[in-house]
Amino acid sequence: MDALLLSRIQFGANISFHILFPTITIALGWLLLYLKLRYNASKDDKWMAVYRFWVKVFALSFAMGVVSGITMSFQFGTNWPGFMETVGNIAGPLLAYEVLTAFFLEAVFLGIMLFGFSRVPGWLHTLATLLVAVGTTLSAFWILVLNSWMHTPVGFEMRDGVAHATDWWAIVFNPSMPYRLTHMLLASGLTVAFLVAGLSAFRWLLKDRSDGVRVALRTGVTLAAVLIPVQIYVGDLHGLNTLEYQPQKVAAMEGNWQTGSHVPLLLFALPDEEARENRFEVGIPSGASLILTHRADGVVPGLDDFVAEDGTALHPPVAPVFWAFRIMVGTGLAMLVVSWVATWLVWRRNGFARFNPWLARGLVAMSFAGWLATLAGWYTTEIGRQPWLVQGVLATADAVGDVSAGMVASTLAMYLTAYALLTAAYVGVLFYLARRATKQQEPSPTPPKAGAVTHAAPAE
Amino acid sequence: MALFDDPAVWLPIVFALLMGLSILIYVVLDGFDLGVGVLFPFADADERDRMVASIGPFWDANETWLVLAIGLLLVAFPAAHGTILTALYLPVALLLIGLILRGVAFEFRAKAPASHKPLWNVAFFVGSLMASLTQGFMLGLYIMGLEYTAETIAFALLTSVCLTAGYAFIGACWLILKTEGRLQARAVVWAKRGLAGVVAGIAAVSLASPLVSPRIFDKWFSVPEVLLLAPLPLVSAGLVVLLFVSLRHLPDDGERWSWIPFVTATVLFALAFAGLAYSFYPYVVPERMTIYEAASAPESLFIIFVGTCFVLPAIIGYTVLSYTVFRGKARELRYD
Repeated sequence: MDALLLSRIQFGANISFHILFPTITIALGWLLLYLKLRYNASKDDKWMAVYRFWVKVFALSFAMGVVSGITMSFQFGTNWPGFMETVGNIAGPLLAYEVLTAFFLEAVFLGIMLFGFSRVPGWLHTLATLLVAVGTTLSAFWILVLNSWMHTPVGFEMRDGVAHATDWWAIVFNPSMPYRLTHMLLASGLTVAFLVAGLSAFRWLLKDRSDGVRVALRTGVTLAAVLIPVQIYVGDLHGLNTLEYQPQKVAAMEGNWQTGSHVPLLLFALPDEEARENRFEVGIPSGASLILTHRADGVVPGLDDFVAEDGTALHPPVAPVFWAFRIMVGTGLAMLVVSWVATWLVWRRNGFARFNPWLARGLVAMSFAGWLATLAGWYTTEIGRQPWLVQGVLATADAVGDVSAGMVASTLAMYLTAYALLTAAYVGVLFYLARRATKQQEPSPTPPKAGAVTHAAPAE
Repeated sequence: MALFDDPAVWLPIVFALLMGLSILIYVVLDGFDLGVGVLFPFADADERDRMVASIGPFWDANETWLVLAIGLLLVAFPAAHGTILTALYLPVALLLIGLILRGVAFEFRAKAPASHKPLWNVAFFVGSLMASLTQGFMLGLYIMGLEYTAETIAFALLTSVCLTAGYAFIGACWLILKTEGRLQARAVVWAKRGLAGVVAGIAAVSLASPLVSPRIFDKWFSVPEVLLLAPLPLVSAGLVVLLFVSLRHLPDDGERWSWIPFVTATVLFALAFAGLAYSFYPYVVPERMTIYEAASAPESLFIIFVGTCFVLPAIIGYTVLSYTVFRGKARELRYD
C-alpha cells in the first residue's frame, strides 16, 4: 500500500476512535445537567444516584475524547500538511475558535464538576455542569462548521492556489452546516439514550430494581423514542441537501449508475466498479426516486455522469458508501422499533417490575448501537466526499505529506493496537461499573431509604 | 507606532508570542503532572493515590495548552506546521501514544477492577515517561535544526533525559506544595535529585545552541547584547541557589517554605524558555523559515486575534478559579 492510502486509513482510524467519545459526552453532558436539575428541584436521591453513576462514565469518556483529540490536532501536520497550506486561512480560525471557546471551558469546569461537589456552593456546581455541556456542544459546533465547509465550501476565493476568506458569515453558515450539525447532535443524543437504556437493562437483568435504575431505564428509552423519528426526518433533509450539493455522493449511496427516473430503492446489491453495474440487485421499484424527489418519476443522478473523459472516476468508491449508508439506516430502523416497544412497556402500570427480559437483552445488545450508526453515517459522508478533501478545491491525494509508507505503516499499527485495547477496556469497564453499582445496592435488603445512596461514592 | 501600521508585521509577532506563551504554560503545567507520573515507581500504593489526587482536577486543562500551542502553530504558521511535524513524525507518534496511555490510565486505574490497577499504574508511568522523553527529544532535534545525524540524535537523547528530569523535578516541587508528611519528605528528596538534571539540561542547551548556529552565537556574544543579556544567566544561577537552599530547609514546620520550590522552578523554566525564544527569533523553523514567511493571511490572523482578546482573559480567569477551588493540600478525589 502507498503512503496516501495508509495515511487515509490512519486518519480514518484516529477520527473513528475519537468520535466515539465526543458522541457520548456531547449529549451526556446535557443529560447530567438534567439529572442535576431534577435533583435540585426534588431533593430525591434517586436522581443523584443516576447522576453519580453516569458522571463516572462521563469522566472516563471525556478522558478518552481528550487524548484521542490531541492525536487529531497533530495528524493535520504529520500526515496532511497540504490541507492547512491550502485552506489554512479558513480552517485555522475555525479550529482556533474551537480550542479557545470550547476546549478550555470544558476541561477546566470538568474538574469542578467532578471533584468540586463538596468544595463549591451548589449553584456553582450546577453552573460547572452546564458549562461543561455548553463546552462539548460548542466544540461540536465549530468542528462541524469546518467539516461542513469541506463538503460545501463557500465564502472564499483562491489566490495563488491558497484559499482566502471573503465572507465569514457564509463560511460558518455554509449550506450543509445546519443539517450536518443537527444530524450529529441528534446522533449523540441517540447514542447516549441507548447507552443509558442498555446499561440500565443490564442492571435490571442482574435483578437490580432500585429507583435509580428505574428512572434511568425510563429516561433512556423515552429519550430514544422521542429522538429517533426526529433523526429520521432530519436525516432525510440532510440527504436532500447532499443531493443538491454533492449529487455524486447520493448516486453512490443509492448505488445508481445511470441518471434517470423511477430509480429503485436498493435493499441489497454488490456494486461492481469495474463493470460499472450492480450484481444481485434487490430493490423497491421507484423507491429512491420517491425518497429523493417525492415523485415516482423523479430523476436521480447516476454515477456514470461523474467520469472524466479519460475514464477516471470523479465519484467516490461506490461499495463502501453504499453499504455504510445501509448500515446506518438499518440501525436507525432497529432503534425506532426497539425504543418504541420499550417505551410502551416501561410506561405501563408497574412497567419496570414486569419489563420484558428479552427486550432487556435486546437493549443490552444495542447499548452501542449509536456508535455503529454514527460511524456508518460518517463513513457514508466522508468516503462519499472522495476523491476530494475539500469538495472541488483540494484533492485528497494533493494534501498528503512527504512521509514514507513504511513509517506510516508502523505508526498505523501502533495506533490500531492501542485503539483496539482501549476500546475493549472502555466497554469492559462500563459493564463492570454497572455490575458493581448493582452489587452496592444489594447489601441493604430493604429498599434504599432517602440518604442511603448518598454514602461514600469515591471517584472510582 | 510604525510597528502597528502593517498587520503583516505585527500579527505574526503577536501570534509567535501567544504560541510561545502557550508552550511555556504547557511546559510548566503539564510538566508537573507528567513529572508526577514519572515519579510513580518511587512511591508506594497510598502515596500514588495521593499523587494522582494532587493533579486530578487539573491535568485535562493542562494538556489543553498543548492543543492550543499546536493549534496556534497550525493556524498561524501553517507552512511551518507541516515542515516541523513531518520532520518529527515518529517522536510525535510516540508522544501521542504516551499521552493517550497516561490520560486514560488516570481514569481506568480508579474505575477498572482492583486487580487491574497495577497494570494501569504501569501504563500511567510508561505513558508519562514516553511523553516526557519524546518532548525532550523533539526539543533537542529542533535546536539542532531538525536534521537527523549521529550528533544531533545524540544531543536530542541528552535533552530528552534532561527534560524528563526537569519534569520529574517540577513534579516533585508540585508534590512538596500539595502534600504533607512522608510523601512530602520523599518529594523533597526527589526534587534534590531532579535539580541536577535541570542544571545539566539548561547548561547543555545554553552551550549547544550558540555552537550549532553562528547566528545565535552573534545574538548572544556581540557587544552590547552580551551585557544586556548578562542578567539572564545570573538570575538563573541565583534561582538554582535559592532552590538548593530552600530544599535543604524542607520539609519545614508551618509550611512557610513549601511553595518556594514550585514558584522558583516556574520562574527558572520561564527564563530558560525566554533564552531559547530569543535565540530562535525570528525563525519558526530554525534557520529555514521565519515567522513572517510561515504566517497565514493577515485577515485570517486578525479574526483569531479579535477572538483571543476576548476569550483568553476568560480562560485565565476560570483557570485561576479552578486552582483556587482546589487550593491547599490534596485530598482524596471524590465525586460527592
